[in-house]
This record gives sequence, structure tokens and C-alpha cells, in this order.
Amino acid sequence: MSSPSDIAAWQEPALTSSGVPNAKLGIWLFLASEVMLFSTLFTSYVVLRLGAASWPRGWVALNVPLAMVNTIVLITSSVTMVLAYAKVIEKDLSGFRKYMMATIGLAFLFLIFKSFEYGSHFTHHEYPSTSIFHAVYFTMTGLHCIHVIGGIIVNTGLLFMANEQFDHPLFAGRVEGAGLYWHFVDIVWIFLFPCIYLI
Amino acid sequence: MVKKNNHAAAAHDSHSHAHHELTFWQKYVFSLDHKIIGLQYLITSLIFLLIGFTFMMVMRWSLAFPGTPLPVLGRLFPADLAPNGVISGEFYNSLGAMHGTIMVFLGVVPLGVGAFGNYVLPLQIGAPDMAFPRMNMASYWTYLPGGLLMLASFVLPGGAAQSGWTSYPPLSIINPGQTVWLVGMVLLITSSLMGSINFIVTTLNLRAPGMSLMRMPLFVWSELVTSVLLLLAFPPLEAAAIMQFMDRVFHTSFYIPQGLVVLGMLHKASGGGQPLLWQHLFWFLAHPEVYVLLLPPMGIVMEIIANNTRKPPHGYKTVVASMCGIGAMSFVVWAHHMFVSGMSATLSNFFLVTTMIISVPSVAILTCMVFSLKGGSIRFNVPMLWALAFLPMFGIGGLTGLPLGLTATDIYLHDTYYVIGHFHYVVVTGSIVAMIGGVYYWFPKWYGRKMNDTLGYLHFWGTLACMNGVFFPMFIQGLAGQNRRYYDPTAHLHNLPTQPLHVVSSVSAWCLFLFQLPFIYNFFHSMFAGEKTEENPWKATTLEWACPSPPPHGNFEKTPRVYRGPYEYSLPGAKTDWAPQHVEAV
Amino acid sequence: MANEHPHRVAAAHGHPPPNVKLYIAIFGALIFLTILTVVVSWWHLPPAGAIAVALLIASFKASLVLAFFMHLKGEHKLIIAFLGIMLFTCIGFFLIPLDQHLLRDRTTHTEVKEEGGAPELPQAEPAKPQEAK
Repeated sequence: MSSPSDIAAWQEPALTSSGVPNAKLGIWLFLASEVMLFSTLFTSYVVLRLGAASWPRGWVALNVPLAMVNTIVLITSSVTMVLAYAKVIEKDLSGFRKYMMATIGLAFLFLIFKSFEYGSHFTHHEYPSTSIFHAVYFTMTGLHCIHVIGGIIVNTGLLFMANEQFDHPLFAGRVEGAGLYWHFVDIVWIFLFPCIYLI
Repeated sequence: MVKKNNHAAAAHDSHSHAHHELTFWQKYVFSLDHKIIGLQYLITSLIFLLIGFTFMMVMRWSLAFPGTPLPVLGRLFPADLAPNGVISGEFYNSLGAMHGTIMVFLGVVPLGVGAFGNYVLPLQIGAPDMAFPRMNMASYWTYLPGGLLMLASFVLPGGAAQSGWTSYPPLSIINPGQTVWLVGMVLLITSSLMGSINFIVTTLNLRAPGMSLMRMPLFVWSELVTSVLLLLAFPPLEAAAIMQFMDRVFHTSFYIPQGLVVLGMLHKASGGGQPLLWQHLFWFLAHPEVYVLLLPPMGIVMEIIANNTRKPPHGYKTVVASMCGIGAMSFVVWAHHMFVSGMSATLSNFFLVTTMIISVPSVAILTCMVFSLKGGSIRFNVPMLWALAFLPMFGIGGLTGLPLGLTATDIYLHDTYYVIGHFHYVVVTGSIVAMIGGVYYWFPKWYGRKMNDTLGYLHFWGTLACMNGVFFPMFIQGLAGQNRRYYDPTAHLHNLPTQPLHVVSSVSAWCLFLFQLPFIYNFFHSMFAGEKTEENPWKATTLEWACPSPPPHGNFEKTPRVYRGPYEYSLPGAKTDWAPQHVEAV
Repeated sequence: MANEHPHRVAAAHGHPPPNVKLYIAIFGALIFLTILTVVVSWWHLPPAGAIAVALLIASFKASLVLAFFMHLKGEHKLIIAFLGIMLFTCIGFFLIPLDQHLLRDRTTHTEVKEEGGAPELPQAEPAKPQEAK
């Protein structure tokens, strides 16, 4: 008798009607919705900037060197994430742990640098309410940070899960899924950095 | 197409046949079974529909008899909401904003998608459950708190939202009550996103062997397209809501223009924002949202018509293509809600054209429904009456939409009662009528018992008459220039000639409520004491009728195999006039 | 399956063998492009040029991440088809700024002339939510 626990079996690509495992299809659908979320904010930024009489230049109003370092930090964490996934496929637990901890550590570093950035703004009495430029800056980078925090939580969860379930046939799929999310977070920043800081 | 993988089966042996007793909480409250979750959505959404309806019944007193105290209830409301029992303007606006919010986001969509979709979709494709049962459970348990928060807003500081369900800034930034609405919306959007991911993956991945996409019932197609709309259209509203939240709580100016003057004083904000931005982003969701309101009920009507004409419906492929076409076009028509907003004329022309184009697939589906009746052996049971009523009612609703989609006429009709008449015809006499029919149709599957037919006929005729009594006069009032969202229409001289029509609408609305009482009684009484029914009382061909009523955990004893299309009624050479999808030899 | 190579087992479950050298190469490309985009910004190009170059470089970086880190290159066509549907729905995101652009000559800003000028309006606090009565 088929039961919902058999649903897990459907994770196998061969058992799904489409050939794509459930979780992978699910994550891509989620990412599509997230693209819509961030695209709305980018669109709003364009609209507000087009309608503004003047707009401060990023290199004047913001800390570009720190943001560039942050960009490199996040890109590196994306690489360590895909290497962690590679280690799962190679069944190398200690390698997986090393690269996953690096990913999480780099994500924390990103947030630490971000907190320096925000702190510096607050010290100069620059808040979201100060101007429409600051509203856009804080809201877009803030929402991105929330997504970084989400990624840290998921990746930390996988790190602990590996203690018991590293050999589970579905574990590689879970790391792959988390990786897809993490690369998406990286891609958002790849666009956010030039659009907010450099143009 | 689905191959058995022994390795995978062996790996899950420890889980599959363990029959562990579930606690009450696991079985009925935090259930992972799509059928229980579907029933949770059903009862909750029906209650929310009733609550939203109650708000409207209070509002209709103010419209019919402005300035007079509300009988009985008037004294129960606090003095600031209804001084001397007379409904105040602010209270009317709160009721209006929450009526719209509750009906759309807590009522119709959870009913059409959460209730019908959750229960029926996995059964119709031969699946044991949804692809992600835990996320399904989480989706309901995010919807309910979101809904309760919306209701709670009436008693929280600031009161309920009172800027319309459309929440246009700057009013929505400076008005009270809006912040709770925004938080509630984020919860509801999260619930919806979880649900839509589940539906799409389930439909694409968990179909029984032999169930190709073009053998799926039209109801499943409607839920698939609806889920894609929800997935892609809701996030922009979430982003817009985040910006409105920032404006209210952190005093940003995403939507506050420079130099805004409120009550004679310069509003203190940095300025630089644009109210029109909200309108674009809100309607970017809200237009696909109306097709979310419409498509599952259209799917339900096709199911009922096919079953009760005992023949395949006309134009299966046309309907599928039209549903997909509606889904695609719905993303490029939104600004027909904004023709008078100050938007550029060039863009108005663009949206005028796309809006005219999108009416084509809608008409195509309605035409296929009507042609499906031709040559059929029509059974006039209760579900079929509701499905038949949908046809002319949606016809009226759809046709009255045309002057609104054409810019020139919309400039006159915008924000008049004509608009209210139009969208209530499509959603109430259209979608809700179809879904009530769906309740009568699938009730035997959900509870193993039939609903009472006499009460069903009474409910049908009374409801149909009263619904038309409420909404038809609105077209006349709208053409006469009666404005929307006025708690006292008599404040303007030009509304006086059509004021009697408000009395007609209000009395019809209160009678409409009375005609729902037999339905409520019928529903709950039949659940426990209705005539017991077998697996397939309607003699239907689709897979949900190939399992016991109600289906057990896991639905099918063994995974069905599908041999033919979903509507092989009156198949030449078959022994009966219905050839079920899963039976090889008929 | 116990004696099978981990890569073959993973491939059976839909996980192709990883190409670590490629990942490092992409990493190098991404770092280079990041530095490039910052250097170009120092040139203070006119707005149209600055935007075009920045977006071009960012799009190229994103496509590298999509194609190789997210394995979109060689991915099942259902996923690529769905992303295509998503891109179609993004048409609206170009129409909204277009509206703003088309409205640019219709300003609601009134010029304040030297004599007379706008009346001094008292500043208001941002509206607080009303307290429950």
C-alpha cells in the first residue's frame, strides 16, 4: 500500500513523472519566486531614481572598498559551497565539513562587514528615513542580509545533519538544493553591488 | 514512464509499512495528509467567507438607510465605531477594506486552491499525497494565523485597515490600522508560496503511470496554471508591502511624494517617492490574482458539466490552451485598473490592447462550456444547477468587463458602482457559484455521505435570485455616476435618483444570508447523518472516484494505471456510459 | 552498490561528477570581473555607458554562476522552460519604469518664484497610529 512515506522515494529522478527530483524542482520554483521579489525592488529603484531630481553617487555616499571586499567574500563562499557539494558526491565527510564551515564563516564575515557599514551610516545619522537614496540602499541590502542569514541557518543545519545522515541517499540532493539557494543569494549581490554602489 | 527502483524501495522499507498510531494532534490538527489539510482549508475559508459577508451586511445598512442607527447590533458596537448606533465613516471604511481583503485572500483563494486543490488534485492524478506533506501542513498553519491577525486588527491599537483592500498610498501610509494588514499579508503570501510550489511539483512529478499531461482532468490544469500565477505574481506584492511597511514604521518615502500636505500641514518625510509605484506593483499581483479567483472554479464547472452531460466536454485542448493563454496574458494587463491614475497615455494604449486580447481565451473557455451541453444527456442534479448557472452569470460578468477594459469608457465608469457590479458578478455569481457546486459535487467523496437534495435546490434558487438582486442594480447605479466607497451615498445629489436601488441590493443581501442557512445546516447535518454513499455515486470517470469515500491514508490501495483520457463518457463499445480512466477493459 | 565508485552512485541519483578545476577557474574569472567592474566605475563614464557596462559585466558574472555552480548548463529542460516562463513575466518590470520615463515631462513640481514664494507650512510629525480609544 502506497503511503506518504513513499513520497520520499519519489525524490529519485527515475520515479518522478518529469524526471526532475521533487526537491530540486521545488527549489528552482522557489528561486523563480525570489527572482520576482528582488526584481520588484530593482524595478522600484529604477523608477524612483528616474523620477528623482538628483541622486547621490555611490562612491560619495557609500563605502565602495568595503563593499568590494564583501563581494569577493560572497563569491568565495559560493565557491566553497560548490566544493562542499563536490565533497558530498565524493563521500568525503571531513572535506564536506571543511568547505561547509568555510561557507558559513565567510557568510558571517559578510554580515560583520555589513554591520560595520550600517554602523558607520548610523553614526553619521543616516537612516532609511533620511532620503529616498538611503531608503533604497537600506531596504535592498537589508532584505539581502535577511536572505544571507537564512542561508547561514540552512547551511548550519546541513552541517549538523551530516553527522548522522551523510550517507543517506538524499543528502547530496539537500546540499545541492542549499547550494542553489546560496548561489542565488550571491547572484543578487552580484547585481546589487554595481547598481547601488558603482553607478 | 515511472520505473520501479528496488534500491530506493529497500532503503525506505523501514518507513513504509510501520503503522504507528498518530495522536489526535498529529491526525487532525497538524495533519500531513492532504485530505485533512484540504478539509481544514475548506471549513476555515467558508467561515471567513461568512465573516466577510457579515461585514458587508452591516455596510449595506449604511448604504440603504444612511444616518439611521443599525438595528440591534448598533448598540453593541463601541461608540467610536458607531456613535448612537450609526455606522461612522471610518468604521464603514474598515469594514469595506476588510471585506475585500477577507473575501479575496482569506475566502475565495483558500477555498478554490487550498481546499479543492489540496483535496482533489492528488486524487485526480493518482498520487498518494502531495509532494511535500510537511510544507502543505505549514502552508495551512501560516494561512490561519495570517487570517486571525487580520481579524484581530479590529481590536488592536489603530483598528483595522481602512484604506481599501487596494491600500493606495499616501492614504495607506498616514491612515491607522495598515501595519497589521501588511504583516498579515506577508503571512498569507508565505502560505500561498508554499502551496503553489507544492501544487506545481505534485502535478508535474506525482502523476500515476499513464497519466500524461493531456490526460489530466481540466480541474488539475486550472490548478496548475493558478499555482504558476500565485508563485510568480505574489512576490512583487510582498516587495511592495515591505516598502509600504518601511514607509509606515521606519518613515521612509518610497510612496510619499515631496511636499505632501496632510490636514493643512506639511507631512514630515524625506519625500522623493511615488504613489503610482504602489499602484503598479499592487495591480501587478492583483490582476493575476483575479484569474486565480476564476480558473479553479472554471475547472470545477468543466468537471461537473462533463459528468452530468455524460459526454466528453467540447474542446479539451482549446480549454487547456486558453487557460495557459489567460495565465500568460494576465501578467501584461494589470494597468487597466489604472487608466485614470495619471499613467502615461502610451502605456494606457498598450494595456488597452492586451486587455482586449485576454478576453479572447476567456470567451473561448465559456464557449466550450456552452458547446459541451449540446447533445448531452443532461442530469439536473444540484451540482449541475450551480454549474449551469455559472454560464450566464459569468457571461454577464465578463461582458460588463469590456467597457472597463476600454480606456475611453473606463474613464467614466472607474470608481463607480459599475465596477463593483462587474467584479462581483464574476467572483460571486461566477466563482463562488461554481465552488458551491463543487462542494455539492465532491461532498460525497469527502464524507462518504450525500447532501440533502431538497435543501440543495432551495439553496440554489434562493441564492441565484438574491445574488442577482444584490449586484444587478449596481450596473444601473454605476452608469448613473454613483461613486464607490461612500458610506453615505446621499451626500451627493447625483446619487439620489438611484438611492432606492441601494435598498433593493441591501434587502437582497440580507435575504441572501437567509438562503445560506439551509446550506450551512445541510453541510453539517449531512456530514454525520446524510445518506451514505458508495465510491462513485455520480458515475464519474476521473480517478478521485476510484477510491473509497472518504479515501484512506495513501488514497489508493495500489497506484492506479491510466488507460484513457479523463472524460470518456458514452464511449462507443463500452458496457456503461462512463469509462473510468483506470479500468483497462470497458 | 557498496563497491561502486561514489561518483557512479551519485550519478545514478542525478548528481553528475563535479569538476573542481572548472570551479576554481570560474572563481578566478569572477574575481577578475569584480575588480574590472570597480576599475571601470573609477572612469566615471556618462550614465548610459556606466549602466550598460556595469550591467553587462554583472550579467556575465551571474551567467557563470548560473551555468556552472548551479549546473544550469546541461540541466533538465523543464527547469529551463520554467525559468523562461519567469522571464516572460518580468516584461512588466520594464513597463513600470517606462511609464516613469514617459511621464518625465509632466512634472508636479511648481517653480517657486522670487516674489511671494510658497507659504510657510508648519511641519507635521509623521502620522503615528491612532491609539485604541
